[in-house]
Amino acid sequence: MSQFAHDLEALTVLIAEDGAADRLLLATIVRKQGHQVLTAENGEQAVALFAQQRPSLVLLDALMPVMDGFEAARQIKALAGEALVPIIFLTSLSEEHALVRCLEAGGDDFLAKPYSPVILAAKIKAMDRLRRLQATVLEQRDQIARHHNHLLNEQRVAKAVFDQVAHAGCLSASNIRYLQSPYALFNGDLLLAAFTPAGDMHVLLGDFTGHGLPAAVGAMPLAEVFYGMTAKGYGLAETLREMNAKLKRILPVGMFCCALLLNLSFQRRVVEVWNGGMPDGYLLPAGGGEPLPLISRHLPLGVLAPERFNDTTEVLPLALGERLFLLSDGVVDTSDEHDQLFGVERLRRVLSANRQPALLFEEVLQALEQFRGRSRDDVSLLDIEVVEPQVLSPPPVIYSDSGQSSPLDWSLQFEFRAETLKRFNPLPYLLQLLQEIHGLRAQGGALHSVLTELYSNALEHGVLGLDSALKRDAQGFAAYYQVRNERLQALCDGFIRVSLRVEPDRQGGRLIIEVEDSGQGFNVSKVLARSVSEQGLCGRGLNLVRRLSRRAEWADEGRRACVEFAWEALA
Amino acid sequence: MAVVSEVSPDGKKLTIKVKGRFDFGKHQEFREAYERKPKMPDSVVVDLKEATYLDSSALGMLLLLRDHAGGDDSEIRVVNTSSDVRKILAISNFDKLFDIT
Repeated sequence: MSQFAHDLEALTVLIAEDGAADRLLLATIVRKQGHQVLTAENGEQAVALFAQQRPSLVLLDALMPVMDGFEAARQIKALAGEALVPIIFLTSLSEEHALVRCLEAGGDDFLAKPYSPVILAAKIKAMDRLRRLQATVLEQRDQIARHHNHLLNEQRVAKAVFDQVAHAGCLSASNIRYLQSPYALFNGDLLLAAFTPAGDMHVLLGDFTGHGLPAAVGAMPLAEVFYGMTAKGYGLAETLREMNAKLKRILPVGMFCCALLLNLSFQRRVVEVWNGGMPDGYLLPAGGGEPLPLISRHLPLGVLAPERFNDTTEVLPLALGERLFLLSDGVVDTSDEHDQLFGVERLRRVLSANRQPALLFEEVLQALEQFRGRSRDDVSLLDIEVVEPQVLSPPPVIYSDSGQSSPLDWSLQFEFRAETLKRFNPLPYLLQLLQEIHGLRAQGGALHSVLTELYSNALEHGVLGLDSALKRDAQGFAAYYQVRNERLQALCDGFIRVSLRVEPDRQGGRLIIEVEDSGQGFNVSKVLARSVSEQGLCGRGLNLVRRLSRRAEWADEGRRACVEFAWEALA
Repeated sequence: MAVVSEVSPDGKKLTIKVKGRFDFGKHQEFREAYERKPKMPDSVVVDLKEATYLDSSALGMLLLLRDHAGGDDSEIRVVNTSSDVRKILAISNFDKLFDIT
């Protein structure tokens, strides 16, 4: 805006002066300067005129009958509200005390009698500048407030949509406790959990770079891949590869997602861990004591090209009552007023000192508050207890088809050879095919568990020749999975044959699964005769297979497993 | 200036020094430190001697620099890292992408 435009703009000026001569003189001066004039003879008239006409500037005589200028100034200021209506006191008063009273009553300036047209013009101009400045500030403040509300509303809607997606999972399972600030999503934090068809639990705690909408946007596709692939029975490795490839494709360079993923099998009492860029999670012993860290060994998701991505997971044995504790970087990165970080050591002390699992979150938050004086709003905590599998009840899978087109008389055989075994997990495809058989759906979970077990036995003990006796203790357990990965990477021959045979029966039908491998076989009668306690951390698989299927046999010196499932006619 | 960049006399090495908190606030300056070079030098050194703190958006900025310098073919060294900064880089396993000392 040019100064010239300012000069030209006419204001409405209210003049309150009880002396008729002075009133006329002032009105003439102000009019000559191009402004419109309203006149009042006392304070009361001035207030009434102000309420009615809303002039932009007021010239007030201090001493007037009926209502004096001081009171009129107070009332006019109250009526004006947040807008600045400059009040210039007209006064012959000269002692300091009286001038101070003018300002205290809300006056912005004063003009001494006799009136000088030049000074009056200058004062009106100066006051007008202030008035405009205030108006601009108010307008911008309101605009910011509007934008802010708009943004909050968008976040509310986005969060509602996202919650529909995120809560498709099993965060409400009885063995899960979690704490997440309501708008954690907009801090880039993401927490997902879902059951696999076999009743295992997949969990993801993630943290996108950055804050706000950009961080939240990436969460959608990630959640979709996580839930979709988990529901279809894909393992952690395949899901991770897909998530990484997807994020790499859609996120701009420089944006990525740190993530810690777990695959908890309550049946087999093992947990598979992959940590890329998240702070250490912990495996907490059942009776308290030293927590075992789940260390970040990978780059975050969305950084590496698919061909360089590393999906190697670690496998740890679990015992009843043990807990997995995951957290976002809001905890260890909380800093005090000296920029000192809360850090891993303080956290570990809190974890070790914890005696009542139910109080752990409170103890962590309390420690943070003591350290910092206030809590951050981007803290996510997750605590999962290892329980008996029957305690958890995965929701039944809902099928959208009628089942009328169930294929009931067929067989197929696959042979998976070394190069395929290295990278490819055929189970989701086989399981999906079997799900077409309506009568088998009620046993979907058992079928998943059994096929998974048969396949990993054939691969690990058969093709890779691993001795499950290695898994006697926690240390051997880690060694076992390390050797497994090494041998799998080096594999150049061997096979697994899977044959499925589906036959109709009078009432329903039956499925016969045969899994054969190229390995050395094992002493079937000896292994099956071992008691559960003897088996320790190993050999749970065979018992599981026998328990979950109708019939399970091993032939060809353990190289071929033959398992049967059956179903009755459906009502 | 919280981000200072300097190209060696032979034009082969770009050194970027970051002072103070290395977070989103340095985004613009950090990008300008390498984007306005007529020819990107073969090797880049990010000197964090005077950096006090590094957050995940700084990690993102390092990835942007890496991408600009040729991605997998780039040669980027991150030097003079304090133990706190090294810890953050280690959690994210950035030592797999950068030469960190």
